[in-house]
Amino acid sequence: MSVSTCPSESPSLLDATDRAIVLATQAGLPLVPDPWGAVGRPLGLGAEEVRARLARMQEVGIVRRIAAVPNHYRLGYVANGMTVWDVDDARIVRLGREVATLPGVSHCYRRPRHLPDWPYNLFAMLHGHTREEVERQAEALRALLGEACRDHRILYSSRILKKTGLRLAGRPGAGRKPEPRR
Amino acid sequence: MTAMPATATHQPATAGPAAELDAADRRLINRLQDGLPLVAAPYAAVAAELDLSEGELLYRLERLLEAGVLSRFGPMYHAERLGGGLTLAALAVPERDFEAVVDAVNAFPEVAHNYRREHALNMWFVLATETPERIQEVIAEIEAATGLPVFNMPKEEEFHVRLHLPV
Repeated sequence: MSVSTCPSESPSLLDATDRAIVLATQAGLPLVPDPWGAVGRPLGLGAEEVRARLARMQEVGIVRRIAAVPNHYRLGYVANGMTVWDVDDARIVRLGREVATLPGVSHCYRRPRHLPDWPYNLFAMLHGHTREEVERQAEALRALLGEACRDHRILYSSRILKKTGLRLAGRPGAGRKPEPRR
Repeated sequence: MTAMPATATHQPATAGPAAELDAADRRLINRLQDGLPLVAAPYAAVAAELDLSEGELLYRLERLLEAGVLSRFGPMYHAERLGGGLTLAALAVPERDFEAVVDAVNAFPEVAHNYRREHALNMWFVLATETPERIQEVIAEIEAATGLPVFNMPKEEEFHVRLHLPV
C-alpha cells in the first residue's frame, strides 16, 4: 500500500548469520563494555561484524531499536487503556498518523472491524498514572478525530494473564512443531 | 466511561509497587528507551551523555532489570520482518468459564501476551507464529479448545509503535 508507513515486508531479509544474532539477543543484550563482541564470540563472529549486521537490521526495520523496555506498572503507569475508535475509512490514514504523534500514545494501528459486534477500526494504546490522565489523553484524541469518529471505547487492562513476549524458534525457515499441551 | 483514579483493584495481579528511582536512574531509563547507538562502545557513549561512568551505567542498568523496573534491554525485533505471523485476537468469555479459558488459551505457546480487559470482549491476546500461515491454524485450534469464536484483528496499517514512558 503506497500510503502505508510500513515499508514492504520481506521475510528473506535475514541470512543464517543474522538469524544466529537474533537468536543470541532475543533475551537481551549483554551488559558488558563490548556487547557486540560478547554476542559474537560464541558464534565465531567479531564485534564489528555483529555491530554492522545489527545496524543493517535496524536500517531495514527488522530491529526497531536496541532499547530498554520499561515495566509500565513499576514506573507508576498503572492506568493502561486500549482505546478503540470507529473512524471514517476515507480519513483514517491521515488521522491515524496524527493520532500517533499525541502524547501518551505508544502503539497505533488500523485493524479490521467485525460488524455488528465490533465497529472499531483504529486502536491506540494510552498510558497514564491514573485513569483520569488516560481519559484526558483520550479526550485530546477525540478532539483530533472530530466528526470523522462515530464512537469510541477505552478498554482498560484489569489483569495480565500472560506475558512471555515474542520468541523466534531456532531453525531457519522451519515450521515449529507443536509443543506438548495439557 | 467514568473518570476515576486507578485503585488497587484495577491493578493487574503481577503489578509491583512503583519503584524508588533516583535522578540518575530516571535519566538512564528515559535515555535508554530511545535506543542504544550502534557504535563500538555503546554503553560508554551513553554514559558520557548522561555524565556517568560506563561502570556505573552498567551497574544501574543491571539493577533496574533485576528489580523488574525494566522488563528487558536489547534489540526490539519486528516480528513480521523476521518472517513470522503476528495478530491481535479477542474472545468474549462467559464469566463462569473465565479461568478455564485462560488455561486453555495460555497453553498455546503461540500466545505471547494475554490481557483481561473490561468489555464484552474480555480476553485479548497476541499470537506470534513462526510462519504467517500458522496464525489461522492456531485460531482454529483455539476455537476448538474453547468453543468460542475468535475475533481476529490483524493490523492493516501501523501508524506508530514506540512505547516511551517518561519518568
